[in-house]
Amino acid sequence: MERLLVIIISAVLVNNFVLMRFLGLCPFMGVSKRLKTAMGMSGAVVFVMTMASIVTWLIYRYVLVPFGLAYLQTVTFILVIASLVQLVELALQKLSPALYKALGIYLPLITTNCAVLGVSVLNIQKEFTFLETTIFGFGAALGFGLAMVLFSGLRERIDLCDSPLPFKGTAIGLITAGLLSLAFMGFTGLVKL
Amino acid sequence: MITAVIALASLALLAGLGLALAARVFAVEVDPRVEAIEEALPGVNCGACGLPGCAELAKRIAEGKAEVDACPVGGDGVAHSIAEIIGRVFEGGGAKNVALVLCGGDDSVAVRRFYYNGIYDCNSAVLLFGGDKACSYGCLGLETCAGVCPFGAIDMLPGGLAVVDPEKCTGCTKCVAACPKGIIKMVPYEKKVHILCSSHDKGGRVRKICKVGCIACQRCVKEAPEGSITMDENLAVIDYAKDVPEEVAGVCPMNTIVTQVLGREKRTGEAAPVAAGGEA
Repeated sequence: MERLLVIIISAVLVNNFVLMRFLGLCPFMGVSKRLKTAMGMSGAVVFVMTMASIVTWLIYRYVLVPFGLAYLQTVTFILVIASLVQLVELALQKLSPALYKALGIYLPLITTNCAVLGVSVLNIQKEFTFLETTIFGFGAALGFGLAMVLFSGLRERIDLCDSPLPFKGTAIGLITAGLLSLAFMGFTGLVKL
Repeated sequence: MITAVIALASLALLAGLGLALAARVFAVEVDPRVEAIEEALPGVNCGACGLPGCAELAKRIAEGKAEVDACPVGGDGVAHSIAEIIGRVFEGGGAKNVALVLCGGDDSVAVRRFYYNGIYDCNSAVLLFGGDKACSYGCLGLETCAGVCPFGAIDMLPGGLAVVDPEKCTGCTKCVAACPKGIIKMVPYEKKVHILCSSHDKGGRVRKICKVGCIACQRCVKEAPEGSITMDENLAVIDYAKDVPEEVAGVCPMNTIVTQVLGREKRTGEAAPVAAGGEA
């Protein structure tokens, strides 16, 4: 139990996927202009990352390792994640139109997201068990969501400010992201994993 | 090598089969008319119909919950093609309305009473004593309306005055709702004579702060056909249901009344005489 808590804190704060590992920067910059879209994206990422962690771990453990194909993990994971997201999108549209409306437009954006691939690869590298894998995937997505929400709140305010012309838009966004990342450095050493 | 190829290929095949199966199992039946209606709509997702985007309106129309002419942007042409798709007859259709900023006071003719250096947005400026324009009914010129216009139909004159291009304007009324001063009104496209002022101030005060404001002298009221221009608390207002001849513009001593030429407002007279009092 204690180890699971450590894993979740490590994934959300100490090794935040966006701000410390610099994974998933594309949606981080692209979909963070409004708080509302950032929330939608975060919701979709939580969903997909948890699912992807579970499925890729199972595939690695029960398909790749027995056949001695561990070196194919990157290709396999990309394939699996992409088709998984498509499958989830199709199923959502039919089974839960409300959820599909909330997450639907963000799901295709995540098909080839490096954060999702990253969490799958890390699960293998760190030799997590099945439960740990699930928790780590969920925690990593929560960390992504935290970074998205914080950053979009900042950007909404920055948009109203009279920033110098050369810094307007993405430029000042990148600087802000850097400062936010520096702030998260403060969590370094909080837990050991 | 062989195992790798076989393993990857079979995985891909499995995923592909799974997706194909899922597409079959989870297929959502969509009314084909919805797609056709969406094609017919302008597709700019401006929200003028009050719904979030053209797709939503197309759905409503197909379900019979919205009228075929529910899109104010598309006009009669779109309404006709939609009526054809859903097998209904569309009759009539009104004249096109366009937005008009009822203020002619740019910085060369209207006085500003302090230097505003806050957030570049009319809504924000209004919070500070109603804005920096001396005239509390005047256009602040901070581009709030131009920002919300999905069609780029609102230009800002160098003197800080918003002007709607009636050719580009589709009548979506977004700017009307966005203007904190409430001085943007919808007027029929083909009407040429407009009174570009919204000030209910008394004539003496208007003279002091703006060279093109309505001073309520009522000359246009006497000149124009009965009832086409009326006085509303020190402001002459045109009734767009009636026709106002272009000659009426000539009698206005402040040149507040303009005639529309080539999509741009053109003042009828030469520069107005300098207003008494000068700076307020």
